[in-house]
Amino acid sequence: MDLLRIANLTKKFGGLVAVNGFNLTLEKGEIGGLIGPNGAGKTTIFNLISGYFKPDAGEIYFSEENLVGLKPDKICKKGVVRTFQIVKPFFNLTVLKNVMIGAFNRTDHPGISEKRSLEVLEFLELSDKKDYPIESLTIVERKRLELARSLATQPQLLLLDEVAGGLNPSEVEDLIAILRRINKDGVTLLMIEHVMRTIASLANKIAVINYGTKISEGRPFEVLKDPNVVKAYLGEAYQIAEDK
Amino acid sequence: MVLLAFFLILPLYLDAYFLHIMIMTFLFAYLSRSWDLIGGYTGQNFWGPSAIFGIGGYTSTLLFFYFKLSPWLGMLIGGILGMIVGILLCYVSSRFSVKGIYFGLATLTFSQICMTIVLNVDAFGGVNGVLLPLIKGNSLFQFQFHGKIPYYYISFFMMVLSIYVMHYIERTKSGYYYVAIREDEDAAQALGVDTLKYKLIPTGIGCFFLAMGGTLHAQYLLFVNPDFFGLPFTIEMIIRSILGGVGTLFGPIIGSFILTPLSEISRGFLGGYRGVHMMIYGVIMILFMLFLPRGVGTWLEKLYDYLESFFEGKIRFSG
Repeated sequence: MDLLRIANLTKKFGGLVAVNGFNLTLEKGEIGGLIGPNGAGKTTIFNLISGYFKPDAGEIYFSEENLVGLKPDKICKKGVVRTFQIVKPFFNLTVLKNVMIGAFNRTDHPGISEKRSLEVLEFLELSDKKDYPIESLTIVERKRLELARSLATQPQLLLLDEVAGGLNPSEVEDLIAILRRINKDGVTLLMIEHVMRTIASLANKIAVINYGTKISEGRPFEVLKDPNVVKAYLGEAYQIAEDK
Repeated sequence: MVLLAFFLILPLYLDAYFLHIMIMTFLFAYLSRSWDLIGGYTGQNFWGPSAIFGIGGYTSTLLFFYFKLSPWLGMLIGGILGMIVGILLCYVSSRFSVKGIYFGLATLTFSQICMTIVLNVDAFGGVNGVLLPLIKGNSLFQFQFHGKIPYYYISFFMMVLSIYVMHYIERTKSGYYYVAIREDEDAAQALGVDTLKYKLIPTGIGCFFLAMGGTLHAQYLLFVNPDFFGLPFTIEMIIRSILGGVGTLFGPIIGSFILTPLSEISRGFLGGYRGVHMMIYGVIMILFMLFLPRGVGTWLEKLYDYLESFFEGKIRFSG
């Protein structure tokens, strides 16, 4: 059964068509990737799925339930949670309390929320920082905190907006291992990523978007060889040169 | 506990003037604590607390004036009315996406509208306000006393209550959610926080308390007038919270204990020279803002932490 089914999704900002008739299906347990040049409409798709924008047309089904028109917090309750590309920590709270806000999604009890948050922090190797203020965290740790908060809400589908951005190669390796384990625990992932290494080694399905339209879809290495994709990323000239 | 006992026996040793200062200190600590739940914890620019304060004062006073209803009941009714008005104000604003400083201006304007209405409706007493009909002797039921001591205990009790309620809320899921909304509304929503609901709840609670404060003030002065809705009350409440530390449990209380005596005493000593006490008051405010921008409460907390680690270190060193 499809966990996520997006059909004919369209969003316009004035005269600009940011997303144009986008389709995508994800099965439970899959890792999907969303790539494309800057401004292609990837983050807009995330904003549409998570309820921050209302689509002009199209449907978003999650477990056969239509998400269109629901507010972000209701969508989070249903099990679809997104992270932000530019991390948005709660600055005047400690690391633990940041995660507890997420954990309260599934419980009303502060004690349970705290226990669950400590587990998540342990898993993401942030335990020793739990009482630290956000200012003292490095950018890598802030990205992990963003992930920790989302995980604490106990999602079924996690939308990751460039979690590997700004990390060095060894940090990317760590992150890949973490994401694999999250996926193994039964969380379906959909990720926007610029770091090809991450997406190529994780995703089993990639959709490429350019100017709001899907130009290719399939397994990572098939997609990367697709002439349309090469053209979108590197331009016409490269295409011609390779043909010769 | 020691502090509690101290404040309970204190009135036995104070004369009427200092009792008055203490009552005003408690009252403003209470009001500022109530405002801070909305403006500090949830971070909404609620710049019209005097509207709710005035509604509370006028409701109980008018009910007593026209229907001889006990001000205690009037206090409750005023509280509920204030709560409804506050929630409506917040709901309508967010319905039309009036946010941030624009919400602030809307609430500020609302308090001025209330003031204008009261000024121009004769049933509400117009410019002169309403004098509470005096009754003979002390009466707890009618909320009227000749001495100041009963008012001292009532206002002290209300201040302690407001601290206790905040202390309780802080530990619940709601308390966490309020702070999350203040820090980042979008991020909070992404994590499943129903931001509208968790803005309306603290607004309702805060306004309930603000309106009850209006009744207390009216019973203490034994009259209400349109000044209850005025900007000065709003500023006094907000400034105490800012000076003590916005969004902290004891910040507004500390702010009131510094500012209220200061304002009362400077008025007492320099009242002869018109405006001088306001100037001194202003200079002291500026100094606090300059050197302790995050509030006295936050600074005290840091000082306490520092001293604690300092002494711990010393003990370990000598042992």
